Amino acid sequence: MRAFIIRRLIQMILTMVVLMTILFFMFRVLPGDPTTSLLDAALPVEAQNAVLHQFGLDKPLSEQYKIYMVNLAHGEFGISFNTREPVSNVIMDKLWNTLFLMGFSVGLALLIGIFGGAIVAWYRGTTFEAVAVSVVLFFRSSPVFWIGMMALSVFSYKLGWFPIGGMHEPGQNLVTFRERYLNLEFLHHLILPGLVGASYYIANPLLIMRSSTIEVMEDDFIEMARAKGLSERTILFRHAMRNSMLPVVTQVALLIGFAIGGQVLVETVFNWPGIGREIVTAIQLNDYPVAQATFFMMGVLVIVLNFLTDLVYGVLDPRVTYK
Amino acid sequence: MTVREIFRLLIKDKLGAIGIGILLFFIILAILAPFISPYDPTIENFRADGSFARMDPPSLQHLLGTTRMGRDVLSQVIAGTRVALYVGLTSAVMVTLIGTVIGLVSAYFGGWVDDLLMRFTDIVYGVPFLPFTMILVAILGPSIWNIIFAIILISWRTTARVIRAEVLTLKERTFIQAAKLTGASHRRIIFHHLAPNILPLSLVYSSLAMGWAILTEASISFLGYGDPFLMSWGKILFDAYVAQAINDAWWWVVPPGLAITLLVMSGFFVSRSLEEVLNPRLRRL
Repeated sequence: MRAFIIRRLIQMILTMVVLMTILFFMFRVLPGDPTTSLLDAALPVEAQNAVLHQFGLDKPLSEQYKIYMVNLAHGEFGISFNTREPVSNVIMDKLWNTLFLMGFSVGLALLIGIFGGAIVAWYRGTTFEAVAVSVVLFFRSSPVFWIGMMALSVFSYKLGWFPIGGMHEPGQNLVTFRERYLNLEFLHHLILPGLVGASYYIANPLLIMRSSTIEVMEDDFIEMARAKGLSERTILFRHAMRNSMLPVVTQVALLIGFAIGGQVLVETVFNWPGIGREIVTAIQLNDYPVAQATFFMMGVLVIVLNFLTDLVYGVLDPRVTYK
Repeated sequence: MTVREIFRLLIKDKLGAIGIGILLFFIILAILAPFISPYDPTIENFRADGSFARMDPPSLQHLLGTTRMGRDVLSQVIAGTRVALYVGLTSAVMVTLIGTVIGLVSAYFGGWVDDLLMRFTDIVYGVPFLPFTMILVAILGPSIWNIIFAIILISWRTTARVIRAEVLTLKERTFIQAAKLTGASHRRIIFHHLAPNILPLSLVYSSLAMGWAILTEASISFLGYGDPFLMSWGKILFDAYVAQAINDAWWWVVPPGLAITLLVMSGFFVSRSLEEVLNPRLRRL
């Protein structure tokens, strides 16, 4: 087991290294001179060169690469070209915002998907099943930002049930963790974007759970449970679901990768201050320290969550042992 | 199975029939676009009294209303059909081709080839999809070809994984073993024996790839990185969002999104039916 973990860790680090190398060179090829946001052309040449030197942009590419990699290993992300703040300040807050929203959406999608999938499988062949599958597929086929726009139009503008966007009412200066996240106002702002995200992610878990449950219900041990006289409901929720849940867990890795992309869109529509929205603005402004760092964070998130999912799967399924 | 048999099975499933129907509808719409489009989608229109037809609700002159710039929404949606199908079908074909070839080669030859290709696929899996596409488009420029390129670059991995798994099981089957024993060349085994058996599976994933490509292109356009010269459905939504028309002009926001949803759904239905063609156990008698 330990060997497995070590091997996976090495693999993860290798993947990140390759990823960030590709990223480094891609950003250096980006059109639009980042120095234009750094420098004022009216500055005298020495001052311009001094700024370039400060940001290390006058060194040869190979040197920049080495410094970049070493910094990354230390968690030193550099200084934003735009706001002149250390990038870590900028992203760390936003990372939490994204984690909360993504956690809520993915968690809700998994919960409803797993239970819903089992229930839909139970009602196999009825209109309920056809309707449920169609609704789920509808949301999966719709652009999530479109659903978000319509949700805003109906629930926020016309009905006024939810705020129009953002994470808090503007104009507040919230510092502590509790002030920002552990209150009702945050929850109020979280619900609509969370639901929109969940509606987008729910299709895969639900459909996989459904087909998996249908297969499991034909297994011998289910026959045995029926022979013992257990009710259908007990059989479904206590015996079948535990086994049919497993394929869904393997798909969670894919779901998370999918969710990171979805986050970018949901955060943009709802003006949620997370790393998804951040990377969009950073690329637009050619602020490549921030763009690199957010991309890095996203990659790390996907890879770490995948790893955790594999571990959870090992716990859930006693037949699986990792060597 | 003959093409006719496959087609008949596809139609038998209600959802499959609906899927193919929707697909055909959009294809015909795209082909006839310049002829049936009531207005040029890019020109500004005027009302009868000479004023600018800005944000008009649906009427007899403009069946789906107008945008803030006075452009006819229906014409824009019809024009967008061409872009959507272009992106969808091109990506689907390329993704299927590349994914199938890589999956086939990887599974058939095994060994270090398999290892290398699968490590490569794993790395691609770790890349957050939408941000990567944005960066690529920012570097290469917002032309539709670069968007398709980015989509293909990320999407082939699913098909490759699936095809590889299928070929791995097929490889052990007796008819392949027999072919090898009688001295068939690699080329013959791959093209004559393996390919026809994985073709249906490839088709399943190509319909899924079409939907995925259309959604991605819409997302890229919505974020502002779309091709500025093409009227795509995502771009219409981008215009609507930027003009802050969500609250006022539902006729601008609903049709393009609905069009995207319908086309992608048709892809899902067709792929589901193809799966039933593949796997007789799934068929309802």
